[in-house]
Amino acid sequence: MEKEVILAASQPIAYERKKWEKSQKKQNYYRTLTLFSPITILALWEVLSRTALIDPRFFPPPSTIIVEFVHLAVNGNLSSHVMISLYRILGGFFLGVIPGILLGLLIGMYKPVRYTFQPLVMALMPIPTLALMPIIIIIFGITDFSKMVTIAGSVFFPVCINTAAGVSNIDPIFVDVAKNYGAKSKDYFFKIALPGSLPVMMEGIQMGQAIALLTIVAAEMIGANSGIGYLIWMDYKAFILKGMYVGLVIISFFGYFFSILLRFLQRRLIPWQK
Amino acid sequence: MSSDIKIRVHQLSKIFFRKNSSVHAIRDINFEVKNGEFVCLLGPSGCGKTTLLRILAGLEKPSGGSYEMIHGDRNKPLQSMIFQEKGVIPWMTVEENVAFGLRMRHAPKNETKERTDYYLKKVGLWEFRKLYPSEISGGMKQRASIARAFANDPEILLMDEPFAALDEQNKYILQEELLSIWEETKKTVLFITHSIDEALLLSDRILLMSAQPGTIVREKIIDLPRPRKIASVRSNPKMGQEFVDIWNHLQEAVSGNLRGASTGLSNQVY
Repeated sequence: MEKEVILAASQPIAYERKKWEKSQKKQNYYRTLTLFSPITILALWEVLSRTALIDPRFFPPPSTIIVEFVHLAVNGNLSSHVMISLYRILGGFFLGVIPGILLGLLIGMYKPVRYTFQPLVMALMPIPTLALMPIIIIIFGITDFSKMVTIAGSVFFPVCINTAAGVSNIDPIFVDVAKNYGAKSKDYFFKIALPGSLPVMMEGIQMGQAIALLTIVAAEMIGANSGIGYLIWMDYKAFILKGMYVGLVIISFFGYFFSILLRFLQRRLIPWQK
Repeated sequence: MSSDIKIRVHQLSKIFFRKNSSVHAIRDINFEVKNGEFVCLLGPSGCGKTTLLRILAGLEKPSGGSYEMIHGDRNKPLQSMIFQEKGVIPWMTVEENVAFGLRMRHAPKNETKERTDYYLKKVGLWEFRKLYPSEISGGMKQRASIARAFANDPEILLMDEPFAALDEQNKYILQEELLSIWEETKKTVLFITHSIDEALLLSDRILLMSAQPGTIVREKIIDLPRPRKIASVRSNPKMGQEFVDIWNHLQEAVSGNLRGASTGLSNQVY
């Protein structure tokens, strides 16, 4: 029989410290990779564009986009476009999220509501709200509110469906616990249904946030004379592609920022989840 | 006044009706539990003992028969259930879980705090009171579940195999802890289990059940002196005899139900 003897080290602490340092180094390495990939792509783009290996009219060098960004921010009315878009996004977001949560909770909690509204929600969900823009504009005019309604229409569905799923996925044992310990319906709502559905609901809100950004750009392309979407569309039509890219970068930044904000909120609202 | 009846069950039946195959979960159950008595319902899984307990807990309606639970002190809740391990609510801290019953029945704030603190200390969860269930072990979760029920101060405790999911060591510790808390309060307890050892250790009386349809087939009085300890119950030769007796009985009940597939099970004791 063969015996295998593993000798770690004569000084266990030093040995483990070395291992720990190694793992730290590895973490740094991974972080570098994450940083490295966009930088490489941007650098490559810069070089290819400057050497005209790709058409600089369609793909202007990133450095010129940055210059354009600063230029628009200082001289132009970029900030007013950003502010108006942000206003519409937030307005539309809450206009969709709040009814989405409410109806979702009702669908999850009450069977009659579920059987009345669930099929309706499912049937309406695949219709892109953007396709309804003309109708929305007829009803609400070319106003900020019509953009908000369009965004709300897209945000509503994932939030509503996720909230309903969140409630119906609550383990029935907690319903039994609440019942056995005499919870009234108000207590049941605030102590069981609402917190129990929060994790899945937040996923829906995260999805809604992404959809809101997709929608605002398109909505502002169709019927607006301000906002990021309008900027992108006008610069595209005027063939000022540098300006268009500025708009795209801003939208990307919005998405990143909102995601981080929501993740932060999620950690605060759902402290029991690890 | 310890001999008065607290729970009275008469000809209780429950059928789970389905179009093609209805299940007769329990049939014609009759028994009584005295005030302050610790009774175990012992039977194989699927014998309907959980259904019976859920009916008494108000979570299920019986199909036939009746039951009565005598509510003595109107200031106290009639009954509370101790659920299996999953019964602690994950989005509440240990402390909030223990206070749950008191909060739901809107007990005065200082009483809620007092009772919650007392039972948190009693079950050894005081230092862990701010943690969430996901941060504590299975044994600790079950301690929280026990503390929640006792803090609510009901007249009757209904326990649904509370220790079934625990590892053996934890189970022994919690069984003894349960006994020591119970002896302090002397509440009426109806305890469901499939473990013969557990029933022998805990109960004043064991009701043996058979399955399909679940019905009570026999009763055993366990008159060991209290307070009891696992070691002394285990080493008592009379209890060894009782174990074998119950085991033989359950074996018949289980193998009788396996109809045809029961060969080879009959004479094997351990």
